[in-house]
Amino acid sequence: MAEFKLPKNSRITTGKTWPKPEGATNVRKFQIYRWNPDDGKNPRVDTYFLDMDKCGPMVLDALIKIKNEVDPTLSFRRSCREGICGSCSMNIDGINTLACIYGLDEIKGDVKIYPLPHMAVVKDLIPDLNHFYAQHASIMPWLETKTNRPAKEWKQSIEDRKKLDGLYECVMCASCSTSCPSYWWNSDRYLGPAALLHAYRWIIDSRDEATGERLGELEDPFKLYRCHTIMNCAKTCPKGLNPAKAIAEIKKMLVERHV
Amino acid sequence: MRYLTDRKRAEGRGAAHAGTEHHWYMQVSAVGLALIIPVFIYIFGSALGGGHAEVVATFGRPFPAIVTALVLVFGMQHFAKGAQMMIEDYFRKSTKKILIMSVIILSYGITAIGLFALAKIAL
Repeated sequence: MAEFKLPKNSRITTGKTWPKPEGATNVRKFQIYRWNPDDGKNPRVDTYFLDMDKCGPMVLDALIKIKNEVDPTLSFRRSCREGICGSCSMNIDGINTLACIYGLDEIKGDVKIYPLPHMAVVKDLIPDLNHFYAQHASIMPWLETKTNRPAKEWKQSIEDRKKLDGLYECVMCASCSTSCPSYWWNSDRYLGPAALLHAYRWIIDSRDEATGERLGELEDPFKLYRCHTIMNCAKTCPKGLNPAKAIAEIKKMLVERHV
Repeated sequence: MRYLTDRKRAEGRGAAHAGTEHHWYMQVSAVGLALIIPVFIYIFGSALGGGHAEVVATFGRPFPAIVTALVLVFGMQHFAKGAQMMIEDYFRKSTKKILIMSVIILSYGITAIGLFALAKIAL
């Protein structure tokens, strides 16, 4: 049965409160989830204070400042710092988003940062995304063709290329999938919004010749039909995409195949 | 503990190649019920508060009896399939199967009892 309560060893405790920066007048409080697999202790929430006059505008700037100047043991993923790599996805102020493009001015009060929900934690703000990536790989995220390869290129009209807009921009940050209650309860079988958005991206690619096989592989009560149109995915996507619409389009295509 | 690769876990047992009919039935029955339930509520509401003879006379007429029968049959089918989805969401293994069977039995039971009562009134 779905678990509605955290197991004993996952319950969050109050952690360390780090000292306030000396002489600072514009101070902001950060509450950050911490868990170290090596110390055998429960997760905790540490409290940090930053001088906002000496901090960049984004949440990632604050995290980097904490790591560099306050607590070097704080662990999180980051890379491009401009919303392209999808590495720094985390739960900020109750919303799954990318720390690098989420402004501190968008948050009222204390800044609360947790790892992506309902995922196994590797350390601190780093979730284990192996299963998520394997699900993405399972939808064959590449062009499948049967016709002999053309001498130059697979041609695509401007209209057909436009159909990929709103889909190809996904950076696989997992914000959508980890905001989806259906994915929380059934991530072992449900592919989740991110993988399904990518699946649709290849299904409607005019150059792809495996549409039938792709639809066949998705036609499953759990892989696809666990989506109950909750729409958390569309609400949380830091890139402004709409995975729920992509899933609905897949369902429509499957219905058209039957009716 | 099982040493399975992430890919094997993700692929699971493959696709069931099913689910679309269930999805389509839910869509169609939802639209149908959205149209028919207000009519049923009107009929039921007009009979509510009346004496035994009045209620029997209302449901003894063809149109109210047919609407009630349709609500019973399609409403219970819709309920069973919807409840099945909910059970699949939250329960696992034997509990899941037992609950799904129970819901199907319950829905067929309610339909049968309802139709029997309706037939007794209308026929």
